[in-house]
Amino acid sequence: MSTAAVTARDPALEWVLPSRGRVGMYGLIVAESAIFTIFVVAYLFYVGKSQTGPLPGDVLHVPVVLTICLLSSSVTIHRAVTALLRSRTSAFVLWWAATIALGAFFLLGTAREWRHLIYDEGLTIRTNLFGTTYYSLVGLHAFHVTVGLLGLAIVLLLALGRRVRREHSERLEVLSMYWHFVDAVWVVVFTVVYVIGR
Amino acid sequence: MQSKHTAADLAEHVASFASTVLVCQMIPWVASATEPLSPTSIFAPASTPADAIFELSLFVLAVTGVIFVTVFGLLVYAVVRFRRKQHDDGSEPPQVYGSNQVELAWTVIPVLIVLALFLASARVIASIQHPAKPAGALDVVVIGHQYWWEYRYPDYGVVTANELHVPVSDPTHPTPTFLTLLSADTDHSFWVPRLAGKTDLIPNHPNSMWIDPHETGLYLGQCAQYCGTQHGLMLLRVYVDSREDFDRWIEAQRRPAQVDGAVARGRQIFEATACVNCHAVSGVGADGRFGPDLTHFMSRDTIASGAARNTPENLRLWLRNPDAIKPGSGMPAMQLSAEDVDAVANYLESLR
Amino acid sequence: MSTTPIAWTGSDSAQRPLVERLHDWVTTVDHKRLGVLYIVFALICLVIGGIEAAIMRIQLIAPSNDFVSPQVFNRMFTMHGTTMIFFVAMPLVFGFANYLVPLMIGARDMAFPRLNAFSFWLTAFGGLLLHFSFLGGSGLYGAGTAPDVGWFAYAPLTAKTFSPGHSTDYWTLSLLVSGFGSIGTAINLVTTIVCMRCPGMTLGRMPLFAWLSLTMAGLVILAVSPLSAAQIMLLVDRYLGGHFFDTQAGGSAVLWMHFFWVFGHPEVYVLVIPAFAYASEIIPVFSRKLIFGYAVMVAATVCIGFISMSVWAHHMFTVGMSPAANGFFVLSTMAIAVPTGIKIFNWLATMWGGKIQFRTPMLFCIAFLFQFLIGGLTGVMLASAPLDWQLGSSYFLVAHFHYVIVGAILFAAFAAFYYWFPKFSGRMCSEALGRLHFWLFLIGFHLTFDCMHVPGILGMPRRIYTYEPGRGWDTWNLLVTIGVVFQALGTLVFVANLVWSYLKGDPAGSDPWDAWTLEWSTDSPPPAYNFAVLPVVRSRRPLWDLKHPEDPDWKYEGEG
Repeated sequence: MSTAAVTARDPALEWVLPSRGRVGMYGLIVAESAIFTIFVVAYLFYVGKSQTGPLPGDVLHVPVVLTICLLSSSVTIHRAVTALLRSRTSAFVLWWAATIALGAFFLLGTAREWRHLIYDEGLTIRTNLFGTTYYSLVGLHAFHVTVGLLGLAIVLLLALGRRVRREHSERLEVLSMYWHFVDAVWVVVFTVVYVIGR
Repeated sequence: MQSKHTAADLAEHVASFASTVLVCQMIPWVASATEPLSPTSIFAPASTPADAIFELSLFVLAVTGVIFVTVFGLLVYAVVRFRRKQHDDGSEPPQVYGSNQVELAWTVIPVLIVLALFLASARVIASIQHPAKPAGALDVVVIGHQYWWEYRYPDYGVVTANELHVPVSDPTHPTPTFLTLLSADTDHSFWVPRLAGKTDLIPNHPNSMWIDPHETGLYLGQCAQYCGTQHGLMLLRVYVDSREDFDRWIEAQRRPAQVDGAVARGRQIFEATACVNCHAVSGVGADGRFGPDLTHFMSRDTIASGAARNTPENLRLWLRNPDAIKPGSGMPAMQLSAEDVDAVANYLESLR
Repeated sequence: MSTTPIAWTGSDSAQRPLVERLHDWVTTVDHKRLGVLYIVFALICLVIGGIEAAIMRIQLIAPSNDFVSPQVFNRMFTMHGTTMIFFVAMPLVFGFANYLVPLMIGARDMAFPRLNAFSFWLTAFGGLLLHFSFLGGSGLYGAGTAPDVGWFAYAPLTAKTFSPGHSTDYWTLSLLVSGFGSIGTAINLVTTIVCMRCPGMTLGRMPLFAWLSLTMAGLVILAVSPLSAAQIMLLVDRYLGGHFFDTQAGGSAVLWMHFFWVFGHPEVYVLVIPAFAYASEIIPVFSRKLIFGYAVMVAATVCIGFISMSVWAHHMFTVGMSPAANGFFVLSTMAIAVPTGIKIFNWLATMWGGKIQFRTPMLFCIAFLFQFLIGGLTGVMLASAPLDWQLGSSYFLVAHFHYVIVGAILFAAFAAFYYWFPKFSGRMCSEALGRLHFWLFLIGFHLTFDCMHVPGILGMPRRIYTYEPGRGWDTWNLLVTIGVVFQALGTLVFVANLVWSYLKGDPAGSDPWDAWTLEWSTDSPPPAYNFAVLPVVRSRRPLWDLKHPEDPDWKYEGEG
């Protein structure tokens, strides 16, 4: 039985399908969104239900600076990828490094906030429902930031070794989609924890 | 219960009638023969919630029965009529791509059927959940434990276990029993099929249900939500008493524990060993709540929430080796000597 | 057959040492080999899960029996359910999808071959971890510390207080790990179908198998993720002292139920949609007619996918939700019966006017139709909340879901085995053994699961290790257990058939069934690269067009 086609390929036939990397990353983003949604639902469900303190209104301070940093990192990563598309590799490296710096600063800030909450306010994951849901949700997000930063750092190392060129920009764009997702999740987490839940 | 006369109601009543006739002819062994055969058949309702569900089930059964007969008939016909014949010439039959009209037809009809079933169900949901509570209603708080049932009658100050007594309810002057369902540990479910559908007992999530049994008697059931090792023997016994019998029973339950000098030794052992950590006997300083209240232990027909009959042998066996009756229940073997077991058993047998 | 010297054949590998061949299998990223690995893994777990079921049925054959202790029994039903859902049914559907989707869409492999392999090994490791629990604690005698919390692991039974030790953690971790594998495979499937179809194969020209695999994969992404989230929360409770489901601290047991069933209900559609896919490919071929109403079938499937995300609380009708909530879930659950019914009618219409051949795959498909109809109708009964208040959590429910999972899904999977085995192996299965398998299993299935409805109606709850005499349950339980013997025999015959046919079956050729989709246009088994030249298609049945140049499909397909 012939393994050949039904008809010979018509050279005029345009056959363009979406890129695999993009679609795969969308799939991952949808899956992760579903995971985060469950944590957000649990957080909202338990607002006001803690049987003991400390309560959100008492101990939470709105992390304005950290938020600005993280959201700006979306801008910087976008700039980086655009720069690479125009083969401006040194601009790319600078913007990419800036993204990492902003992300790292965010994580450090979160660590500081947690240190304060644990040692000064006595809020741990086992203290009450607020503690459990807060550390889980914010922690899950911070975990995703960490993983993202790891990926970004690997790319930075490769870039510093001059291994990253214009033809890799598609892949970096896919990676940057993940980073944008992490930022978008922060918008939701921020709203739920520091605006609604407080 | 209000009744709104809609087209769906009318259709439902007609179908109910037809289906009752049909079902009673088609499945006699379920509808009529199970009553003597099974004390827990959902098709032998004895209380309004169970009745309502039974009637709804006849309607649903009739509708699904018709669907089944139709589709199965078509399947059989297709398989017979359109099988490849012996003398087939090997040509392909006409290739039919589809038909929008046909698709529409077998979309619209099922949608209508779904609506009818939904409306019928919604009515019964409304009638069973959150009904009005008449003046003569009895309140009982049911607390599920691993693996026994605690019953409290707040209006009477009575705490008992494992055998629930309720008064019979006359449909003209209903005296239903309203149960508040709580749990001390894991999830349980209260299911006495002839009286009502099951409702779960979930910690930190109070539920409620009601029954109004029309006939006196003993109704059986058991826990219907897996709650741990001995979920299988967490049995339910609901005694529906006449008004007089119930009043007599509750009066007896309100009395403090009998004190009988002849069993003093047994009572001493009971109080000195760890028994009192789990079990309460009112009026004598035993107030453990982990296990069933034993104040009127001898008023019960069974022990270990129905796992064994309340006989002298079973009682002694239970005290010596609970695992022989209900392995994995919370009751430990207390390692008492044979005489001590006997003494304690005698003491328990004095708790009428 | 085209003479392609680079084609891999059985005789090539026979010369190579066993270690090398095993190494190939362990390191493969070929979707066909991974498909086979998934399927073989599933079959092994099927036998294990079957033994667990047999142990339970022996215990329940008579009242007050003591074949096993309640502790062992509780582990059996937990492991049976968990194994069958996560390590039999899911790997089976992933295995078939893995093998066939790239072939059917004219691609050379899945979009992410290494992710594919990683996902399989995650699943396999999860299965290993779950079964290691038998050994993990006190050893095999007394069945170790296998989890005993039920396959849906309700809180607070899973809290450290009520489940000390590690049994629950084996449940949580093995499913968390294999869940990530499932999500990986799902992402892979979606990407493959969206991005790698051969030229001319628009979405509207894909085989229904591909459409249904796409829907299934979408559901996996949306449904397994909530389970993973809930399991992480459970781990936080058990290990970090969290209170997500800690009712003593104000936590909610009902929240776990919501999270679990948001996964659990779409999960059963993840399992049944591939069964629909097998039926949609096999019934047309053995009726010699194309599928009736392709577009409607696609639309119905997508509808089912969407609606299935909104019915979950019909598993919670007894939990004490408000009448409005109960009513909503009654409506949504019954609504899903509409597109499902449409599919049954379309399969019937496909057979209507055809020339039905009763080869083994078709026998299993006809049984599938019959049994799915019944299982669907008992589902409609349970969808009515008041009926569920009586029948839920009883053996009526157990009968219902086994009717769908065994009677529909497993039967369709058997059909798929017999249909595609020639493609996977290059050999035909024995028809005689196939028929023997069919009849044995059919009799056993009906004896067990028809009879199982009755104890439920007579008040027998599920998950009880024993029961009192005098409830009217005794004879029915005996009959249910006897049916297991026939099913076991049928399964043995099936395995024997697979082995015998693999070794001694007639050569199949590339297209033994005279079928119409692309997998039949290449060798059996296909070479590693699938197609020498990537196909270009003009219709939904490219091979029909080749075989019937005077009357090709693309003349009629216009809008559809």
